[in-house]
Amino acid sequence: MEFHDLTIREASEKLREKEISPVELTKAVLDRIDGVDGKLNSYITVLRENATSRAKQAEKEIMSGNYLGPLHGVPLGLKDIFVMKGAPTTSGSLMLRNFISPYNATVTQKLVDAGSVIVGKNNMDEFAMGSSNETSYFGPVLNPWDLERVPGGSSGGSAAATAAGLCLGSLGTDTGGSIRQPGALCGVVGMKPTYGRVSRYGMIAFASSLDQAGPLTRTVEDAAIILNTISGFDENDSTSVKMDVPDFTKNLDRDISGMKIGVPKEYFIEGMDSEVEETVKAALEVIKSCGAELVEISLPHTQYAILAYYIIAPSEASSNLARYDGVRYGYRAKDSKNIHDLYFKSRSEGFGEEVKRRIMLGTYALSSGYYDAFYLKAQRVRTLVREDFKNAFEKVDAIITPTAPEVAFKLHEKVDDPVRMYLSDILTIPCNIAGIPGISIPCGFSSGGLPIGLQVLGKSFDEETILNVANIYEKNSDYTRKELTL
Amino acid sequence: MKITKEDVIQTADLARLEINEEELERFSEQLGHILEYIEGLNELDTTDIEPTSHVLDLSTLLREDVVKQIITSKEALRNAPESEDDFFVVPKVIEE
Repeated sequence: MEFHDLTIREASEKLREKEISPVELTKAVLDRIDGVDGKLNSYITVLRENATSRAKQAEKEIMSGNYLGPLHGVPLGLKDIFVMKGAPTTSGSLMLRNFISPYNATVTQKLVDAGSVIVGKNNMDEFAMGSSNETSYFGPVLNPWDLERVPGGSSGGSAAATAAGLCLGSLGTDTGGSIRQPGALCGVVGMKPTYGRVSRYGMIAFASSLDQAGPLTRTVEDAAIILNTISGFDENDSTSVKMDVPDFTKNLDRDISGMKIGVPKEYFIEGMDSEVEETVKAALEVIKSCGAELVEISLPHTQYAILAYYIIAPSEASSNLARYDGVRYGYRAKDSKNIHDLYFKSRSEGFGEEVKRRIMLGTYALSSGYYDAFYLKAQRVRTLVREDFKNAFEKVDAIITPTAPEVAFKLHEKVDDPVRMYLSDILTIPCNIAGIPGISIPCGFSSGGLPIGLQVLGKSFDEETILNVANIYEKNSDYTRKELTL
Repeated sequence: MKITKEDVIQTADLARLEINEEELERFSEQLGHILEYIEGLNELDTTDIEPTSHVLDLSTLLREDVVKQIITSKEALRNAPESEDDFFVVPKVIEE
């Protein structure tokens, strides 16, 4: 096995036992990036020197007996939405092409404090707005399983890099499925924690009431390891929750006998890829054979969640992105006649098409005369979606659904049809609307050799149960794994 | 829901975005299509439903009023497209 194929758990055991050095491991990952990222485009910035010096530091610490824990010396990627002191943070946009952050995001700081080695900033849809990674100013990311297909989005760079060994895991963000959907399409684990579990400080804002950071990894256990490091209250984010953080690795192997798993009929939608449906249903049988009880449930407002989302998310985005005015940082258009001209030109030249479309949509929904009909209506529907889950979780411990209605689609296939593109997230959005945690894990391959993911949803702040179910499935799954060749 | 070209022009103005003829055509059509889709929400009667603005029961968090040096003005100005001394530079704001 190559070094870059190690899971975080495997690597950290070897690092702790001094069987491999962080310098060797980091070099192997950087070499892998040099070797294949020309095909994938999964990084916007590779932090070669910084990573090498951090790896040397980790080596010195470990050799002198100062082992910091399971991320010490582990090479990770970071979606280019998290600011990192002294490094470029672009959010996939021309608007921030030259932005060098003067501070660390809280999660960046936590990964640094845990001794990890951040090898680079992962490519993403511009300002996290997209489901295919095609809206990035820095070009699309390609799916490592089929270079003619998209990796999903918006954390497509993080997912592709994790799948192909260009990092051992990465941190992404999920506003409507942006961790879980690319996780499913690239065949890796992707987790969105409960809203409020992880600090959003230093994470470039898209839709503040929905955004949440989380890990993309190759195993459920690795996701739990990263979640242990990034979770917790932060005085710099008033929406992070003051609550004890459990050790998420502790109950991964707990017996799931007698556990009730809800299977919502509304998630097996018309027009869904039949291979996805069959594969997820086969996975449900595996979970049943592990002792869990499957219960058919109904989440009646599922189809409305995506409609509410396409009002709430663009509205919040139009407000959040008002800060890009060409004055304090970011892109500034040349030769503006006056300040008014400067705002208009800088924003029009600095933002890409999808970002403009969403700003327009949000501005329209919030504009005078439309607020009640759109925004307030969407917030009322948000209540209904939350109540659906609340009622369901009185009967079941976790819910299992497909993550995405289809496997990775071809590049350019949906780029000109926004509504079709938006439907890619139809099964992941309700989780964000309700603020609950969700995890996508690989559960098989299509006949064309493309990964399929299933999603486990849980109660607010009960990440432990979904990690437990996901891990038990991962350990007992019997589908034939395919070898990734690049 | 029909969105008129005038609506699109006005919205772009509010959003401080310049759009050309071709974008006006495209955005009018696409936004109309998206809004038509979103209108599906009207199938639901939500008269007696409380809106959710946020999933957490947030209370205002207070902290000690202590001055902390986060970044210096020099650092803050480093990303400015144009600056002079301790200031951001912009084109003239007041018309003559």
